[in-house]
Amino acid sequence: MGQMHTRMKLATLAALAAGLALLAPITATAQDAPAAVETAAAQVAAPDAAMVESVTDAANATGGSYTPMAPTKGKGMPTSFQDDPMKSLTFQDQYSDNGKYALWMHNDILMPVITAISLLVLGLLLYVVMRFNRTRNPVASKTTHNTMIEVIWTIVPVIILVVIAVPSITLLARQYETPPEDAVTIKATGYQWYWGYTYPDHGEIEVISNMLSPEEALKRGEPGQLAVDNRMVVPAGVPLRIQTTATDVIHAFAVPSLWFKMDAVPGRLNEKLLTINEPGLYYGQCSELCGARHGYMPIAVEALPPAEFAEWVKSQGGTMPGAEEAAPAADQVAALTAR
Amino acid sequence: MATTAEGFDIHDAHDAHDHADHKPGFFARWFMSTNHKDIGTMYLIFAIIAGIVGGAISGIMRVELAEPGIQYLGWWAQLMGGADDINTALHMWNVFITAHGLIMVFFMVMPAMIGGFGNWFVPLMIGAPDMAFPRMNNVSFWLTVAGFFSLLFSLFVPGGSGPGAGTGWTVYAPLSTSGSVGPAVDFAIFSLHLAGAGSILGATNFITTIFNMRAPGMTLHKMPLFVWSVLVTAFLLLLALPVLAAAITMLLTDRNFGTTFFDPAGGGDPVLYQHLFWFFGHPEVYIMILPGFGMISQIVATFSKKPVFGYLGMAYAMVAIGVVGFIVWAHHMYTVGLDVNTKMYFTAATMVIAVPTGVKIFSWIATMWGGSISFKSPMVWAMGFIFLFTVGGVTGVVLANGGIDDNLHDTYYVVAHFHYVLSMGAVFSLFAGFYYWFPKMSGRMHSEFLSHLHFWTFFVGVNVIFFPQHFLGMQGMPRRYPDYPQAFQFWHEVSTYGYYIMAGSMVFFFVNIGYALVAGRKAGANPWGEGATTLEWTLPSPPPYHQFETLPVITDAHDYHDHRPATA
Ligand code: HEM
Ligand SMILES: [Cu+2]
Ligand SMILES: [Cu+2]
Repeated sequence: MGQMHTRMKLATLAALAAGLALLAPITATAQDAPAAVETAAAQVAAPDAAMVESVTDAANATGGSYTPMAPTKGKGMPTSFQDDPMKSLTFQDQYSDNGKYALWMHNDILMPVITAISLLVLGLLLYVVMRFNRTRNPVASKTTHNTMIEVIWTIVPVIILVVIAVPSITLLARQYETPPEDAVTIKATGYQWYWGYTYPDHGEIEVISNMLSPEEALKRGEPGQLAVDNRMVVPAGVPLRIQTTATDVIHAFAVPSLWFKMDAVPGRLNEKLLTINEPGLYYGQCSELCGARHGYMPIAVEALPPAEFAEWVKSQGGTMPGAEEAAPAADQVAALTAR
Repeated sequence: MATTAEGFDIHDAHDAHDHADHKPGFFARWFMSTNHKDIGTMYLIFAIIAGIVGGAISGIMRVELAEPGIQYLGWWAQLMGGADDINTALHMWNVFITAHGLIMVFFMVMPAMIGGFGNWFVPLMIGAPDMAFPRMNNVSFWLTVAGFFSLLFSLFVPGGSGPGAGTGWTVYAPLSTSGSVGPAVDFAIFSLHLAGAGSILGATNFITTIFNMRAPGMTLHKMPLFVWSVLVTAFLLLLALPVLAAAITMLLTDRNFGTTFFDPAGGGDPVLYQHLFWFFGHPEVYIMILPGFGMISQIVATFSKKPVFGYLGMAYAMVAIGVVGFIVWAHHMYTVGLDVNTKMYFTAATMVIAVPTGVKIFSWIATMWGGSISFKSPMVWAMGFIFLFTVGGVTGVVLANGGIDDNLHDTYYVVAHFHYVLSMGAVFSLFAGFYYWFPKMSGRMHSEFLSHLHFWTFFVGVNVIFFPQHFLGMQGMPRRYPDYPQAFQFWHEVSTYGYYIMAGSMVFFFVNIGYALVAGRKAGANPWGEGATTLEWTLPSPPPYHQFETLPVITDAHDYHDHRPATA
C-alpha cells in the first residue's frame, strides 16, 4: 500500500467530500427522525409514522408505484434454532454467485479439512490416553525425535494449505472483479446511527434508512432489529457498484446472505461489485463498532426485478440513466476508484 | 561467572536457612521487592484479581445477552454514575466489552504468563540467582499496577455517551478520537502506555537474563522450552509494543493537541491506525500464547516421563511463529478496503503460521506417544489445552482466507475463534502451569480431586459458552452488540448457561488454593517424579529466598533433555 498513492487518493476524496457536503441539508433533515431507544422495552421507537406516510405520499405524487416487499422467512435473514435447528448452525443461504462460491469453499473444503484435523488430534489424544497411560505402559520409551515424521507433519500441512489456497485466491479474484461501466452505482454512507443510500446514476436519489421499532417491525411482518423504514432498493440480476463511506466514525456495510461486508471509512470511498441473483429482501447489520447505538443501524437490501426497480426510482423522484442525461459526476467517482 | 561450583550440593534444605533465606521486612519485601520470586508472586496475585474483575464483567455481558432486548445495562450505567437514558445504557455495553478485553489481555494473561511464571521460573530454570535487573523488575510490576488503576479510573469519568471508554480493546480511530468526548479514553490509553512500558522493561530484563545469566554449560540449545518461549515472547514484546505506544500516542495527540494523524479532514487516515494497531496486535496474540506453549511442553514431558519430542523443532517453531507473526497483521483488516493483491498476500502469509503451530501440536502428541503417562492435574489441563487450542487454530485457518472472512469478520465466529485460542488455549495453559508449579511456589500440595473437578467443569463450561458462538457468527450475529434479532436467541441463551457452569467451576479453583495453603500436604523438592527434569525441581519447595548463589554446572554429558547438573 503506497503511502503516496493513498495520499493522492485522499486528496481526490477530499474534493469529492466537499462536493458531497452540498447534499448535507438533505441528510440533516433526515436525521431528525432518529431511532430513539427506550429503556424498558429496550428497543428502538418507530420513526414518525407521519414521516413514513409522507414518503409514500411523495412517491404517489411523482408517479411510479412501489410497495415494500414482504420478507420471506429464512431468506436473507438469520434462522432460529426453533425454526430449523440445522440451518441455525451454519451460514445463511447465499444469493450471489460469489457467495455461493464462498459457501461451497467453506462447506466442501474448509469444513472437511478442519473437522478432520480436529478429530485426528482428538483421536490421537484419546489413543495416547488409553495406550500409553502409566498402567498399560509402565516404562516410557526414550525416543526424542524422528526426522522422517517431523518432515511429514511439516510437509503434509503445507500441501493441505496449498489445496485451500487455490479456491481461496480464486474467490478473492472473483470478489475483486471491476464493476462493468454500466453497473448501477449505490453509495452507502454510515452515520451515527443510520445508513444513507444515494443513487448518483438515478438523479441523486437519497434514501435515509433508520431501524424500525420491534413493534412496528412486527406490525409489518418483518424481523425485529433488522427491519428499517426505508430500504436500499436495487435491481436484481444486474451488476451493482456498491460504494461505502462514512462521515463520523467507521461503520461497516454487511449483508450475510450476500457474502458482502465492506467498511465505511471516513475520508475513503470503498467500492465493490455485487450482483444479487434473484429478487428478495436481504437483511444485514452494521459490523464495525461505531458508538452507543452500533447495534441499532441495520441494513435492508430489497432487490427487485429491473422493471420494478425503475418504478421505484420513479417513485422516489429519480430518473433512470439514459432517460435523461446521466449524472457525470458519478462516472468520475467510479473511474477514480476503479482499480 | 567466577564462582562456579564443581557439583551441585550447595543448596540442601538445611543450608537454605542461612543467608540464602534471609528476608527483608514486610514493606521492603513487598513494595520495594527486587526478588524475582516475590515479584512473580505479586504478578500472579495481581493477575488473579484482574481476572476476577474481567471475568465478572464478562458475566454481566453474558447475562445481558441471555435474551434479546436491553435488560440490565441501564441499571449498570446509573451505578457507574451515568445518566438515565438509553444512549448511556448502550454506551455502558461498549465500556464493558472494552474493559473486559483490555483487562484480560493486558492485566490478566500477560502479567500471569510473563510476569508471574516467567519471573518465577526463568531464573530457576536457567540456574540464575535472580533476574538481570532486579530493580527494573519491580518497576515493571508497579507500572502494570498503575496501568490497571488508570483503566479502572477511566470507568468513572465521562467518555462520550456516558462514563468510561467505549472504543473496544482495539481503540479504533476515529471512534476513539473525535468519536469519544471526555477524559475516559485518555485514561484508558494512558493505562496502555503504563502497562506497555512495564512490559517493555520486563522484556529487556528477560532477554538480558536469558542471554547472560544461564548457568555454565547451559547453552541455548539446552534451555528448557519454557525459557525459549519466554525469550521469543520478550522479543515480540520489544518489537511490537513500541509500535502500539506510537499509535496510541498519536491517538492522544489527535484527541488533545489538534494533530490529524488519523483524521482525513487534516490529511490523515483512520486505516493507518489499524495498520499500526495490528502490527502490534497480531504479535500480541502470540505473546499471549507462546509462554503457554512453553509450559505445555514442560508439563507434557514431565508427566509422560519422556523428553520433549523434537526439541529443536519445537524451539524453532516458536521462533518461526514469532517471525511470521510480524507479517500477517492485515488479516484483521480484510474488510477495510485493501486491494486484491494485498489481500491475497495476507491470506497466504497467514496460512503459513498454521504450519509451525501444527508442528507444535503434533510434537506434543509425539511426546506422549510411548510415554508412561500419569494424569496429574497439570497434565489433564495440558491435554485439554492441546485439543481446544487445535479447535481454535483450525477456525483461524478458516478466517485466514480473505474471501471467507468477508462474511465472518466482526461476527461471533471471530469471538469464538479467539476465545478458543485464548480463553481455552492461554487460560488452560495458565491453569496447567499453576497446578504444575503451585507446589513449588507455595511448598504445599493442592488437592488433585478438586483440580480434576475444576478441569472437567471448566472444560464443559467454556465449550458450552463458546462453541455455539461459531453458529451465531456463521448465521451473521455481529460482535460487540448488546442486543440481537430473536433468531439468535437460542444459542445466546445456551452460551450464557455455559458461563454459569464456568463461573461455578472457579469455586473449585479458589477452594483448592485455600485448602492447599491451610491444610495442604507439604511438597517435597520434586513432587512430580522422574519426569520433572528442569532445575527448579532440584531446589526445595518453596525455594530459598536466594537460590543458586553458587551456580550449578550443566555438563556436556547432559543433552537438552535433562537440565539437571551432573551430580543431581
Ligand atoms: C493457526 C493460527 C491462527 C490463524 C490462522 C489465525 C487467524 C486469525 C484471523 C484471520 C483473525 C481475524 C478475524 C477477523 O477479525 O475477521 C483472527 C483473529 C483473532 N485471533 Fe487468530 N489466528 C490464529 C491463531 C491465534 C492465536 C494462537 C491467538 C491467540 C492466542 C489468536 C487470537 C486472535 C484474536 C484475539 C483475534 C481477534 C482480535 C480482534 O479482532 O479483537 N489467534 N485470527
Ligand atoms: Cu455503525
Ligand atoms: Cu492475527
